[in-house]
Amino acid sequence: MIKLYELTAHELLEKLRRNELTQEEIVSGLNKRIEEVDSKVKAYVRVGELSSSDGLPIAIKDNICIQGQPTTCASKILENFRPPYDATVIQKLREAGFAIYGQTNMDEFAFGSSCENSALFPTRNPWNLECVPGGSSGGSAAAVAAGEAIWALGSDTGGSIRQPAAFCGVVGLKPTYGRVSRYGLIAFASSLDQIGPITKDVEDATMLFAAIAGYDPHDSTSVNRPLPDYSASLGKDIKGIRIGVPKEYFSLSKGAQLEGIDDEVKRSVEEAIAQLRNLGAKVKEVSLPYSQYAVPVYYIVATAEASSNLARFDGVQYGLRAKDAQNLIEMYKKTRERGFGYEAKRRIILGTYVLSHGYYEAYYVRAQKVRSLIANDFANAFKECDCIVTPTSPTPAFRIGEKTQDPLAMYLSDIYTISVNLTGIPAISIPCGLSKAGLPVGLQIIAKAFNEEMLFRMAHAYEQNTSWHKQKPHL
Amino acid sequence: MAISESDVKKVAHLARIGLSDDELKLFSSQLESIIAFVDKLREVEVSSVKPMSHVLEMDNVVRLDEKKKSLNREEVLKNAPESLKGHFLVPKVIE
Repeated sequence: MIKLYELTAHELLEKLRRNELTQEEIVSGLNKRIEEVDSKVKAYVRVGELSSSDGLPIAIKDNICIQGQPTTCASKILENFRPPYDATVIQKLREAGFAIYGQTNMDEFAFGSSCENSALFPTRNPWNLECVPGGSSGGSAAAVAAGEAIWALGSDTGGSIRQPAAFCGVVGLKPTYGRVSRYGLIAFASSLDQIGPITKDVEDATMLFAAIAGYDPHDSTSVNRPLPDYSASLGKDIKGIRIGVPKEYFSLSKGAQLEGIDDEVKRSVEEAIAQLRNLGAKVKEVSLPYSQYAVPVYYIVATAEASSNLARFDGVQYGLRAKDAQNLIEMYKKTRERGFGYEAKRRIILGTYVLSHGYYEAYYVRAQKVRSLIANDFANAFKECDCIVTPTSPTPAFRIGEKTQDPLAMYLSDIYTISVNLTGIPAISIPCGLSKAGLPVGLQIIAKAFNEEMLFRMAHAYEQNTSWHKQKPHL
Repeated sequence: MAISESDVKKVAHLARIGLSDDELKLFSSQLESIIAFVDKLREVEVSSVKPMSHVLEMDNVVRLDEKKKSLNREEVLKNAPESLKGHFLVPKVIE
């Protein structure tokens, strides 16, 4: 028997077209699935049809503004916030006929890699409820993996779409910076943030990306550039495509302050590369010598930008306000002390520190310079190859609580994804294996700026010749 | 570099965040190890490298100065913790 909740969006659309299914049946099927499993997974912070439409329902990460609906970034400080406008991506989805269906859990303000920093509750990994779903878009990835959502939007600042997609065995795309409007995305780090799709397969990712991409005058970093027909990338062969494999990424050793790559992850990714070679791609070694500096650069640049972006949460225009303060400064301090969780405070303080007098040049400007070198690494590598293939994360999903006491260990789980944000280029994570313990492994494919077509082409060719995307968790 | 509780206190004041004694203690030790980690960047030769603040080749983006529809004032003020006669209300600043 067909399990409705396992079907992809394109399969559901096909059934709608053939009148084998109605939209009401799809929605009630989702409601039922959520009733059955969400008490275990806890992917949603708010659920129920938020807009009437006869299109397919979609789940939205809780940092994307939906007019009139609570949008909280899983933070106490925005508990009562109801945006007076729709984010551009929401407007585009509505225009394309999507039904905005529910809002998914996340690390507070997208600060985290495990969804444990949500002020509401942690989300669990559908493949093993003792493990994290990844983060920060953990709710979106877990919802799609558990069949609680057909597809979802997430946001990615340092890996926040791709790492949870890898941990949950689904597809996640971080588009080129500037391709998708950030208007109405509650900002974390403005030079890095991008909204992107989390889906059950590559074809769905292509469709959802095409629906949200495009120029928006409301976002001054949005790029006015024609959109290709992304669906044309599907089904193309990959003969002669040059794949770069960065030598530095496979020789990560423990110690040297870098987390070692897990043997099973390494094996799965090597097998995936062999598979791509069998499909006609040419594999060559490339070098990204500055990649070892990506995590330190990121934690300076991202926290500096975050400390500035989060200055707006001060108890004046929206959100929480401490009522027992004697003056304005005390009101700010008490509001922010009560409204922000540990990780938000830690990052704001680190960001303020690296921007403060006497440290600005030594930390912030130096990090921006090393960022140039990292971007330069990719420019050089792409002279020799058409795409780059890496693991998405050095390990499969880790256990809940395993890294909460050590922020640095948590930061290192984004070691393969962060450089992509620093460089502004696009990358996709697709399922490429299961560990012995039954946890998904993700393959990351990276392309040049504005070449999402290459990602879809490679990912689709791999997916059509493997069955990892058809594996489902047992809940 | 050692980061003392008073350093963290000073930065928390700049960031307008109140911290409990426990947080001060926790953050000073955690920040010290994070700063020690990012200090790895000191080994990179950057004297001739330009800082990258943005990934796209982009000039200033400006728009025409014309009248457009804006957000509804009442709707916006519904989110304010306190408002008065169409304005945000804050604790008294000037005596």
